[in-house]
Amino acid sequence: MIPGTFDYHRPTTVESAVALLLQLGEDARPLAGGHSLIPLMKTRLSAPEHLVDLAAIEGLRRLEHVGDHVVIGAMTTQHAVINSTLLTDLVPILRETALVIADPQIRYKGTIGGNCANGDPGNDMPALMQCLGASYQLTGTGGHREVSARDFYLGAYETALAPGEILTEIRIPVPPAGHGYGYEKLKRKVGDYATAAAAVVITMAAGTCTSASIGLTNVSETPLWAAEAGRILVGSTLDAATVNAAVAAAEAITNPASDMRGPAEYRTKMAGIMLRRALERARVRATV
Amino acid sequence: MNEQVKIDIDRAERTEKLQGMGCKRKRVEDIRFTQGKGSYVDDLKLPGMLFGDFVRSPHAHARIVSIDTSRAKALPGVIAVLTAADLKPLGLHYMPTLAGDVQAVLAEHKVLFQNQEVAFVIAEDRYIASDATELVDVVYEALPCIVDPFKSMLPDAPILREDIQDKMVGAHGPRKHPNHIFEWQIGDRQATDDVFANADVTIKEMLVDHRTHPSPLETCQSLASFDKVKGELTLWGTFQAPHVIRTVVSLISGLPEHKIHVIAPDIGGGFGNKVGAYAGYVCSVVGSIVLGVPVKWVEDRMENLSTTSFARDYHMTTELAATKEGKIIGMRVHVLADHGAFDACADPSKWPAGFMNICTGSYDIPVAYLAVDGVYTNKAPGGVAYRCSFRVTEAVFAIERAIEVLAQKLGMDAAELRIKNFIKAEQFPYHSALGWEYDSGDYHTAMKKAMDAIGYTSLRAEQAEKREAFKRGETRELMGVGISFFTEIVGAGPAKNCDILGIAMFDSAEIRIHPTGSVIARMGTKSQGQGHETTYAQIIATELGIPADDIMIEEGNTDTAPYGLGTYGSRSTPVAGAATAVAARKIKAKAQMIAAHMLEVHEGDLEWDIDRFRVKGLPEKFKTMKEIAWSAYNAPPPNLEPGLEAVNYYEPPNMTYPFGAYFCVMDIDVDTGVAKTRRFYALDDCGTRINPMIIEGQVHGGLTEAFACAMGQEIRYDEMGNVMGASFMDFFLPTAVETPKWETDFTVTPSPHHPIGAKGVGESPHVGGVPCFSNAVNDAYAFLDAGHIQMPHDAWRLWKVGERLGLHG
Repeated sequence: MIPGTFDYHRPTTVESAVALLLQLGEDARPLAGGHSLIPLMKTRLSAPEHLVDLAAIEGLRRLEHVGDHVVIGAMTTQHAVINSTLLTDLVPILRETALVIADPQIRYKGTIGGNCANGDPGNDMPALMQCLGASYQLTGTGGHREVSARDFYLGAYETALAPGEILTEIRIPVPPAGHGYGYEKLKRKVGDYATAAAAVVITMAAGTCTSASIGLTNVSETPLWAAEAGRILVGSTLDAATVNAAVAAAEAITNPASDMRGPAEYRTKMAGIMLRRALERARVRATV
Repeated sequence: MNEQVKIDIDRAERTEKLQGMGCKRKRVEDIRFTQGKGSYVDDLKLPGMLFGDFVRSPHAHARIVSIDTSRAKALPGVIAVLTAADLKPLGLHYMPTLAGDVQAVLAEHKVLFQNQEVAFVIAEDRYIASDATELVDVVYEALPCIVDPFKSMLPDAPILREDIQDKMVGAHGPRKHPNHIFEWQIGDRQATDDVFANADVTIKEMLVDHRTHPSPLETCQSLASFDKVKGELTLWGTFQAPHVIRTVVSLISGLPEHKIHVIAPDIGGGFGNKVGAYAGYVCSVVGSIVLGVPVKWVEDRMENLSTTSFARDYHMTTELAATKEGKIIGMRVHVLADHGAFDACADPSKWPAGFMNICTGSYDIPVAYLAVDGVYTNKAPGGVAYRCSFRVTEAVFAIERAIEVLAQKLGMDAAELRIKNFIKAEQFPYHSALGWEYDSGDYHTAMKKAMDAIGYTSLRAEQAEKREAFKRGETRELMGVGISFFTEIVGAGPAKNCDILGIAMFDSAEIRIHPTGSVIARMGTKSQGQGHETTYAQIIATELGIPADDIMIEEGNTDTAPYGLGTYGSRSTPVAGAATAVAARKIKAKAQMIAAHMLEVHEGDLEWDIDRFRVKGLPEKFKTMKEIAWSAYNAPPPNLEPGLEAVNYYEPPNMTYPFGAYFCVMDIDVDTGVAKTRRFYALDDCGTRINPMIIEGQVHGGLTEAFACAMGQEIRYDEMGNVMGASFMDFFLPTAVETPKWETDFTVTPSPHHPIGAKGVGESPHVGGVPCFSNAVNDAYAFLDAGHIQMPHDAWRLWKVGERLGLHG
C-alpha cells in the first residue's frame, strides 16, 4: 500500500496541462480528485511516473445553464454537484446519483470529471451521463472536441481520450420539465462500488411513456446505455408486461464480472431489479 | 435535617467522589485518543531508524528455485536484504508457534500460502523499502495447492509441510497424514453413540464458521532497537501479551530475558490479531541486532488481512439427540479445522481446539462427544480467537444453530426448546458433559426478561401473518426472528489446565500508594481499547477508598509491569481484575494496622467506611486512606515496615461463565437478498458490573463485529489459493450506516469465585451475536424448507437461496 515514486506537476492552465501530458507521454496521468487513481497507485496496479494535478487550473469548476444545456466543469466536486440548486432544479438525478457515491469526505475531493474520465466501470456518473445523453468536451493541444458519453467508453479504463487530452467540461441537455427520474444503486456498504445500478429518465404524457433513457453501472467493462430497453418502454403505459420486456432487454446486454459482490448471474439480475425500482420511482415522479 | 439523613448524604457524596465500581465513569484514555494524541508504534521515531518491508509470495504453494537480491541491494537507500539463508545460521528461519508447531519466518525451500514472507528488505525509508521489494528476483516453481480442507488428508494430496513430513507425532499426539496436525477428542464416545442409536429424534448438520479476520484498525507493527554496547534489546510492538513476547524473544534469540525490554504502547484494537508472534517482529529484531540501528516494521492493510492471523474456518458436523418431547439427551460434534500452512493458533498450549468443548452451551445435556481434526492447507496461518475466548464463538455457533435445527424438526418453538433444556439455577456449579464447571447462572430469569422486552409472542404472531402475506404474493419481504442464548467460558485460566508455552495463565497487579494518597498501579494485561485505565482504577477506588481520578493505571512496559499473560479471551477482568482486588485488599489490611496505631485502638475495633477506617460506634473517630498513606511512610507502627504497596499474582480457581440472551428481528428482501436488521436486543450477564458505560460500549462493538462476521465479512480463497478481497474495499467492516441500532439490557449473577464477582464482557456480544444473526436469517427462510443456510449471509448468497427455492418467479 506504498505507491512508487512519481513526479508531481501542478499546472495552472489547461494549455500547460495538456502540453505536459503530451510531453510526458504514457508515464503521465492527470490527477483530479484522485479517488480512483491513488488507490490503484497504492497497490501499484498503476505506477505513473508523473501526476499532473488539475486542481490549480482556473475555470474547470464552471457550473452554468447555457441554452438548453447545463455545463459542468470537470473539476466540480461531487459535493458541489449535490449542493448546486441549479443542478438540483434542472437535472435532479445528478444529485440523487452523487449522494450514493462513497461518503461525504470523498465527495469533497472526488470530481465529476474524474469520475467520468477515468473509465472505471464501477464509477456511477458514466452510466448516468449516457442516460442523460451528455457529451464531453475533450481538450488537447489542437483545441476542443466533443464526444458523446455514449461513444466515450471503449473498455475498462479505456476511453476515447487521446494522448495528451483532458476531459474539461460535461454538457448535459436539460431534461424536459416534469420528467421522471431515478438512480438505484445496490451496494454492500457505504463507499462501495455498485453491485449493479440503474439510471432512468422518462417523460410521460397522459399515462403513456413518451421517452425513456436507461444507463447501467458496473455490469460490464463499460457503462451501458440500454437503448433497446428504453425503446420498449416508449409508447407503453409502463404495464407489467412491457416493464418485464424492458428489464429482460437490459439484462441481456450486461456482462458483469464475478467478484466479491457476487457472481455474474446475480449482478445481471440486480441490474434488472435496480432498473425496475428506478423506473418505478421515475414513473411516480413524472408529473405529466 | 436529622442526623441520619446527614450521614447518608455524606456517605453518598464520599462514594460518588470515588467513581468506583458500578459508576459510569468516563474513559480517561479518551482524553488523548479523541484528540489524536495517542502514541502508537508507528508514531515512534528513533534516530537512525530504518524500515523493513517484505517480499511476499504470489503463489499459494511453490518451490523456491532461487532468490536473487542483488538488484534490490543495489538500489540507493537499501541497507540489507534478509532471506532464510541469512536467518538459518542464527536458527531463526523458523520460529515456534504458540500451538507447538514451527512457522517459517522467511520461506526456505517452499512457500505455503499466498503473501508468505520470502525476504525482508531494510532501507532508509518506507518507500525505498517498498520499491526494493519489487527488485528481489525470486524464481518459483508452482506446485498443486490445497484450498479445501476436506481434501487435505486425501491419499494423493500434495504434502505441504515437508519440514515435518516424517514427524508422525505432533505437539498434540499422533498425526494421521502428513497434512494432519492433530486429533483432539473429549467426552464419552461410546455412551454418546448409544444415546444417538436409541434416540427418538436426531439432527445432523454441517455448520461452517467461515474464515474471517479480526482486522483491528491499527495493523501489526514493531520497532526493534538493539544496543550493541549494553547487549540490550528494546522492542516496541502491537502486543496483546507483552510479557509472553519477551519470553518468546528470549527463548528464540538467546538474549537473556532481563536484557529485553518489551513495550506495548497504545494499541489500536487487537481482537486476537495481536496475540501471536509474527515474522515482521522477528525480522525487525534480527535487522536491528545485525545492523545495530533501530528497525521498524509496519504491516499494511492487505498484509494484515492476508497474513497475520485469520479466525475461524471451522467445519462442524453437529448432531443432537432428543426425546420427542424435546429433551436433549446427547450431542456429538466433529470439527474439521483448517489451520492454514502452519499451526499458529493462539490457544492455551494444552488446548489445540481451544475451549471448543463449551459446545454443550447453556443446556443440561447428559452425554456428549467432541472430536476435532486440525489440518494444513495452503492458506495463511492463524486460527486466533477473534473477539472471543478460544474457539468459543465456533462452539456457541454450533450449539445455537443446532438447537434451532432441532426445534424445526420437532416442530417446537425455538425459545421454548431452549427453556426446556436450560441448566437450572439450582444446578450451579454445573458440571458439563465435556468437562467444565460452570460457576454461576440464572438462565431462565434472563430468558424471560429478554422475551418480555422484545415482545417475543407478538413477533411470532407478526411473522406468521407476514409469511401468509408472502405466500399470497403481497410482500417480497421475509421476516426472521433470531435467538441466541449463549454461555461463554472466559478468564483463562487455572494453572492446572491453562498455560502458554509452559507459562501458567495467572495475571497480576502491583499497586503502590504514594505518601500523599495517590496511586500508581501496574498490570500484566494490556488494553487495546478496552478501557483498562478507567476500569481497574474503579476497582481500586472502591477497594481502597481513593478517588479513581487519583489512580494511574499503567500497562505494557515489561520492565515496570509485573509479569502477566496479557489481554485476550476476556481474561483481564476475571484474572487481572481479581489480582487488582486481592492486591488492594493486602494494602487495606496493612492500612487497618496503621489506622489502629494512629487512632490508638485495636485493629478489631475498626470498621471500613467507604474511604476510611473508623472506630466502631464512634464514627467521628476515623482515618481516611489518604491520612493513612502519609503515616504509612512517615510514622508507621513499630515493627511494621514503611510504605503502602502490594503485588498479587492471581491464579484463578476456575474460569468465569458469562451468559446472555439475544434476539434479532430481520427483514430480508428476497429479490436482492439484502437483509435489514429491524431490532437487536442483547441482554448480558457478566456478573458484577464495574462500569456500565464501558460495558455498553463493549456490547456495541462486539455486536458490530458479530454483525459483520455473520452478514458478509470473510477471507475467501479461489481454487488457486489466491486470497480474495483482502482490502477494505471488499472486506466487510461495517460503518455506522450499516450497523443496526443496539438495545442493551442486563441481569447480574456474580461469579462466586471471583473476588468482586465479575466475569468479563468484551467478547460476549460477539460470541452471542454471530449465531443470533445467522438464526434470524435461517428463521426467515425456515417455513420454505430452505435447510441450513451457511454464513456469511451477504446479499448475493441470500439471493442464491431464493433462486434455489424458486422465489424469483
